[in-house]
Amino acid sequence: MAHQLTFHREIDKLKKKFMVLGSLVEDRLQKACLAMQTREPVLLQEIVSSDWEIDEMEIEVEEECLKILALHQPVASDLRLLVAIIKINNELERIADNAVNIAKRVQTISKDSTLTFRIDYQPMSSKVLRMFKLGLDALVTENADLARKVFFEDEEVDHLRDQAYKAVIRELNSEPGHAACLVNLYLLARHLERIGDRITNIAEEVIYLVEGKIVRGEMD
Amino acid sequence: MESMSAVLKSGGALFSGAEGVIQAQVRQEDKTPREDRLTVGLPFVDDARMTCRGVSVFYGEKHAINNVSIDVGRNQVLAMIGPSGCGKSTFLRCLNRMNDTVEGCRVVGDIQLDNLNIYDRSVDVVPLRAQVGMVFQKPNPFPKSIYDNVAYGPKIHGLASSRAELDEVVESSLKKAGLWNEVSDRLDQPGTGLSGGQQQRLCIARAIAVRPEVILMDEPCSALDPIATATVEDLISELQEHYTIVIVTHNMQQAARVSQRTAYFHLGDLIEVGSTDRIFTNPRHRLTEDYITGRFG
Repeated sequence: MAHQLTFHREIDKLKKKFMVLGSLVEDRLQKACLAMQTREPVLLQEIVSSDWEIDEMEIEVEEECLKILALHQPVASDLRLLVAIIKINNELERIADNAVNIAKRVQTISKDSTLTFRIDYQPMSSKVLRMFKLGLDALVTENADLARKVFFEDEEVDHLRDQAYKAVIRELNSEPGHAACLVNLYLLARHLERIGDRITNIAEEVIYLVEGKIVRGEMD
Repeated sequence: MESMSAVLKSGGALFSGAEGVIQAQVRQEDKTPREDRLTVGLPFVDDARMTCRGVSVFYGEKHAINNVSIDVGRNQVLAMIGPSGCGKSTFLRCLNRMNDTVEGCRVVGDIQLDNLNIYDRSVDVVPLRAQVGMVFQKPNPFPKSIYDNVAYGPKIHGLASSRAELDEVVESSLKKAGLWNEVSDRLDQPGTGLSGGQQQRLCIARAIAVRPEVILMDEPCSALDPIATATVEDLISELQEHYTIVIVTHNMQQAARVSQRTAYFHLGDLIEVGSTDRIFTNPRHRLTEDYITGRFG
């Protein structure tokens, strides 16, 4: 029984570390969304230069998972938890990368002071933030119903990306001199949409964790 | 909706399962309602070698097995797992009437081998135990030569009419048990002089020599080191081509490695039966989940 208690302690330790990673990524995402509105240079630089923390923590979580797999050979819900954490860990790191990409795009856009055209990304970014919270809440509470709500939110995010695309195309026709800046402006929508996709992947893993069912592909 | 950082600060439960460990430990003395002890999963198969229906076993007043119904699929390995005292070995012993030798033991219900009730008055247990052979936890070769250990069964069952035929049975049995190459040059030496793993394979060869249909194994690797265990596990997978195997094991990784179907027993009840890969990735019953994840047992 002592062996099992060690195992459960290891799992609890892993969960805690993983949740710290989740809250760090949420913080970066919130900052990136705020920076899209304010274009605050210090904030933008902070997002770009602090990404190493997430990268390091992602590796730590992965190493911890591999150690538990090798030493304890978990089964059933413990195995599903480990698999879900390994996959979600990767998604979280990519979400943080997208937050950095957003910051870099905003830095580029800020250099072109003559472009007056703007897209209000506030509705799209708050939807993505809500999706993120929903996804992680579904994971923390192991709630598959909550996870399924993420899929519907993702459709709305895709729709907002399409709207941004059309707006940028229209503006490109009238302001071809600002093409580079306008492309970067569209890429913000693209990054947000990719974050939405990654949160959808997280939701799929939560469903696997709770129900033991692989739903990937069913939601397309 | 609460943010992640808020959840962290509040010290709230991180993942609902985290507190389950403690709850499960409290539940160790089982208070599971009877209706939750009905078998879930797929206890029956299309191509059954043995069928068991409504099997109960009593040791005097003690009700050791409670109304178990399950099929053993032809040329499949069925693993039976569960905590100590759950009745898995008792149930295994029912399958070749080994319980007949236990005083005060009473078996009710219906157990059939190829559509014949093995508890029928007309059934002679000696040929039955050749048809349904058994390999025990501790290797138990006879204090005889390697050759005689394997030849003994065929001789008393009259399965060989000449010395040449007997030689052939011994050789093929030792080959099937993966032991021939290691012992072919010293068949006249005592079986007890072999290593533990070799002795266990000798016992398997002895069981095979009487042409069984089913081989029962009661924790066959628990006295073996990891390498001998791996050899026996490998052998089980090979034997499955020709025989139906039922194995009782405390080693869940072993059950997962060698079997196609797994049955989980709990306090005399058959709780869950299903394909081994499903049982070990997504068990349906809470008791199975708690046991295989080490949360109780």
